[in-house]
Amino acid sequence: MTKKLPSITNKLPALIAGAGFVLLWQLVCSLGLVPAYMLPSPADVLRAFWFERVLLWENALITLKEAFIGLGLGVLLGLVFATVMDSVPVLRRAIYPILVLTQTVPTVAIAPLLVLWFGYGLTPKIILIVITTFFPVTVGLLDGFAAADPDAVNLLRSMGAGKWQIFRYIKFPGALSQFFSGLRIAAAYCVVGAVISEWLGGFGGLGVYMTRVKKAFAFDKMFAVIFLISAVSLGLMALVDLARRLCMPWQRVHENKEQ
Amino acid sequence: MGILEVRGVSKSFDGRPILDRIDLTLNQGELVCLLGVSGGGKSTLFNIISGLLTPDSGQVLLDGHDVTGCPGHVSYMLQKDLLLPYRTVQDNVILPLLLQGIPRSEALKTAHSLFDAFGLDGTQRLYPTQLSGGMRQRAALLRTYLFSRKVVLLDEPFSALDALTKSAMHRWYLDVMDRMPVSTLFITHDVDEAILLSDRICLLSGTPGRITHQISVPYPRPRPDDFKLSQGFLACKKQILSLL
Repeated sequence: MTKKLPSITNKLPALIAGAGFVLLWQLVCSLGLVPAYMLPSPADVLRAFWFERVLLWENALITLKEAFIGLGLGVLLGLVFATVMDSVPVLRRAIYPILVLTQTVPTVAIAPLLVLWFGYGLTPKIILIVITTFFPVTVGLLDGFAAADPDAVNLLRSMGAGKWQIFRYIKFPGALSQFFSGLRIAAAYCVVGAVISEWLGGFGGLGVYMTRVKKAFAFDKMFAVIFLISAVSLGLMALVDLARRLCMPWQRVHENKEQ
Repeated sequence: MGILEVRGVSKSFDGRPILDRIDLTLNQGELVCLLGVSGGGKSTLFNIISGLLTPDSGQVLLDGHDVTGCPGHVSYMLQKDLLLPYRTVQDNVILPLLLQGIPRSEALKTAHSLFDAFGLDGTQRLYPTQLSGGMRQRAALLRTYLFSRKVVLLDEPFSALDALTKSAMHRWYLDVMDRMPVSTLFITHDVDEAILLSDRICLLSGTPGRITHQISVPYPRPRPDDFKLSQGFLACKKQILSLL
């Protein structure tokens, strides 16, 4: 009980602010300060959400499928890149600037190209998600590997450990914290990436749904899908946090000690 | 011949000589201290003995076998306990056994009986952050011991501890040495600690570092609590201070 209390009091200001914002929004609409066709009220959005629930669900499944495949491949690629770059310093120096460069190209610029090259199917969407998600994972892991304590590495070497054993017992577990920080960002990116690539060309998914309701000027449905996308992103980030807690039980010990 | 022999070891970094023809012998069950000012090449010598560094010339013999430049033969413990924060105490201490390819269950069995002997019983499943400084150092020593029972190198193992914990750790380590077949070579810059613990003290001084004097401390271990106030202790201390 005593443990729960601080987390509630910490979140209380945000909850009050959020509720206040929704209330103000409803008030603006109810008083007719903004025409209803331009800004639907929260109640309208909820209603739209309910009426469209089957369509939203079907499209969300498509988007989630792309996001999961893309994120999975992105994480895998990030692991491979980071490991190879860390063990071969020349490669690190050669590849790192290129990696940074790929992140300066806006996603909306690549997506249409990918559609032209790979069509309207699953491939261009997954490629786009891989491009956006593997970067934070790679950088997180690389920083984590580089932060390994040289004394700890020497200690293991003095015990006769090889390169792989040093990686397994020192570098990888030591980099987990940064890995999960990167994964958290990647999880948020992957849904947005999927939606953007669907928006620019596809047969289904929340992005396609968005373009349809936009063309119909159905603002209430537009808002409903925006909130759904946010909720899905937040849900994925919460999943990453859960995985982090399960994979790093020693962190809970640290937290308890600090309280 | 001793269990560990260092013969004519010299080492320089970027043309700057650090160690000059070091000869050192450690006999079975002996506790020898390497005493000298900081930055005098003591840690370099340990890195050479442990095989992490290769000397420019000279040899390191363990049990008569040449182990120069080959890590993985002698146990080495630094001032930092270097317990991995993400492994429980028991998973930390069995690390050297895991590195040798011994399965975890078997390694835990080997370590289990020693937890009591090292005064660590009940800490097996805790994480290192949950232990006090003294207990962490004990766990690090148990890990060192599990790696090799022959020769243990300790690089200022107790210098980060407060005075009370330190003297408790001294008593505890002498007790461990008494019961287990270990030979120890350890580094300190604390003269009192050197006299209290060692059978023999090697003074390392000058640039490049040379072993200038060897002083034996001919009192049986473990030494009584008032040993620090005895004539023998003070005479020894006077002799060392005049040589440093």
